[in-house]
Amino acid sequence: MAVITMREALNQALKEELSRDKNVFLMGEEVAAYQGAYKVTKGLLEEFGDKRVIDTPITELGFAGLGVGAAMAGLRPVVEFMTFNFSILATDQIINSAAKMLYMSGGQFNIPIVFRGPNGSAFQVSSQHSQALESWFAYFPGLKVVMPSTPADAKGLLKSAIRDDDPVIFLEQERMYGNKGEVSDDPEFLIPLGVADVKREGKDATIVARSLMVPYALKAAEELEKQGVSVEVIDPRTIRPLDIETIIKSVKKTNRVVVAEESHPFCGVGAEITAQISVQAFDYLDAPVKRLSGEDVPMPYAKNLENLAIPDVKRIIDAVREVAYLD
Amino acid sequence: MSKPEASVIEVEDRPAQPAQDESLSQDHTKRKEGQKARAEQLEDDALLNLLYQMILIRRFEEKSAEAYSLGKIGGFCHLYIGQEAVAVGALSALRPDDYVLTSYRDHGHALIKGISPDAVMAELYGKATGCSAGKGGSMHMFDQNVNFLGGHGIVGGQIPLGTGIAFAAKYKGTDQVSVCFFGEAAVNQGAFHESLNMAQLWKLPCIYICENNQYGMGTSLERAMSLQDVSQKAYAYEMASEFVDGMDVLAVREAVIRAAERAREKSLPTLLEIRTYRFMGHSMSDPGNYRTRAEIEKYQERDPIKLFTQSLMETGVLDDKSLKEIEDRVHAEVEHAAQFADESPLPDPKELYTHVYANPL
Repeated sequence: MAVITMREALNQALKEELSRDKNVFLMGEEVAAYQGAYKVTKGLLEEFGDKRVIDTPITELGFAGLGVGAAMAGLRPVVEFMTFNFSILATDQIINSAAKMLYMSGGQFNIPIVFRGPNGSAFQVSSQHSQALESWFAYFPGLKVVMPSTPADAKGLLKSAIRDDDPVIFLEQERMYGNKGEVSDDPEFLIPLGVADVKREGKDATIVARSLMVPYALKAAEELEKQGVSVEVIDPRTIRPLDIETIIKSVKKTNRVVVAEESHPFCGVGAEITAQISVQAFDYLDAPVKRLSGEDVPMPYAKNLENLAIPDVKRIIDAVREVAYLD
Repeated sequence: MSKPEASVIEVEDRPAQPAQDESLSQDHTKRKEGQKARAEQLEDDALLNLLYQMILIRRFEEKSAEAYSLGKIGGFCHLYIGQEAVAVGALSALRPDDYVLTSYRDHGHALIKGISPDAVMAELYGKATGCSAGKGGSMHMFDQNVNFLGGHGIVGGQIPLGTGIAFAAKYKGTDQVSVCFFGEAAVNQGAFHESLNMAQLWKLPCIYICENNQYGMGTSLERAMSLQDVSQKAYAYEMASEFVDGMDVLAVREAVIRAAERAREKSLPTLLEIRTYRFMGHSMSDPGNYRTRAEIEKYQERDPIKLFTQSLMETGVLDDKSLKEIEDRVHAEVEHAAQFADESPLPDPKELYTHVYANPL
């Protein structure tokens, strides 16, 4: 057990899985010689060589599809998108090839591939480089979507994703690569996909948060504790399949819910979670579910506008007070 | 063995290719002589098998068209009639363990790669016994046992996949070759260019076979492509390429033999532009008003089955009796396939939810 950054935790996961299985290889833009645009792949080229740690041209559709093809022929690719903004170019291969191959081949060709990289807001990089795409990928049966919020989760979930026999979209967060936490150094430290984590127990209200919103929710919960409100924070960790049972269990206990996310509200993951809560736990709600999403605008550049575009700790606190009818 | 004459395709008019590879510096005449010599090396049985395979595809597709009009086959149904020499010639040059994938016009490739007519027809009928368990349909034939890695429905989508399969073969150190078929319309997609760039950059054992049937659905090559000589696109990637008469099954075979040698021995990719023509519409619902009857008839004079039949008759490999035997055998197989498909069960309703994930959570 050591305290390391999320960047280091991801690096450990990659290193351990590359060591464990020779069919695992890593490819993407600047992952090898440059050591990774965000240094997640630092040192891997030196350790595993250029056969297994591969710099690609800037050709997202091409290398995503190449990865899917390699998976069809028995390899286990880990494909890095420098950021998921660029995965938009590759969506045909992710959706039409990776997600559907097993089904349309009648169960013959599973695609054990991980597409990973930072998703969500970054710092002042404006509209095309700062967006959260999880609802796109989570929409499609055949894909699994993972969003870790702590270094330990990042490591354990990435290792499970690489060992999984299905295509996994593994969404990191650029703002969180430097976040620190305790992480196991056991090479068999795995966190199963599809299992939510109760990041903090409470009894008065539930915050369902993922990725960047988890540390924000935990800070909000600390502050609310001082105000006499006991908040439970649930991190689904895997968006698809969604561990709705853990969420419903918490809702039945606290009867009040805030769903916090940095993605846009319309057709978002928060909308899905809210819908499922209303279907499965309507009678337990003492207040309407409060959805706190990124604003319904492209991300602006100006710092003050950018700050307004995604939820922050204060807005999460306000949202909890709202569902608790405290104001 | 004599070669078919009067090529519709003006092979000689195309610009010289850079001499990146010995086989490319040969002129057309030399190449033709080489083909003849090799054809003579083929046993009569092998030649007759090529004819059998082309006739199998033709009759199978005719039966598919009939079944489609009877409502037994749903959705889209893209027939391969007219293009048979491409799949048959190409696959005859490969090893059984080589990988093949193609577009949605995939019935012919599936049959020749080794999926039984029963399983292909049952797939068309949407039956549980189909090669994709009734979940893929006309556009998505698969069979892991014969390394047929699919018909793919998005134009050009299979090209990066084929490239990745070649990558995997090289990574694992096998000498398998990945053969990726696509139509000429796919050449305008970014997926084509992105794939060729990586394949040459990383020296991958991939054969890219552009089946240039000259129409992307209803849009002619002339209306869709600035540089219409597809084989020249390889120059941009310093990749070996050839232009091949797709109505000549042996010419296709020869070109793919050369490409497979290049892939296996030097781990280098090749782009083959194989000029062909589809005699039917883009799909069963195509009225075909974008081309004239005269144009179709011009190409039907070079029907690949007709040309090869004539050629085998001239050299005494084939006679009326053996031709009838082939037709009878094919007829029986196709009728059997249709009956098998008819009598096969529909997928169990519970199959709706299977095969979404390999590791369901």
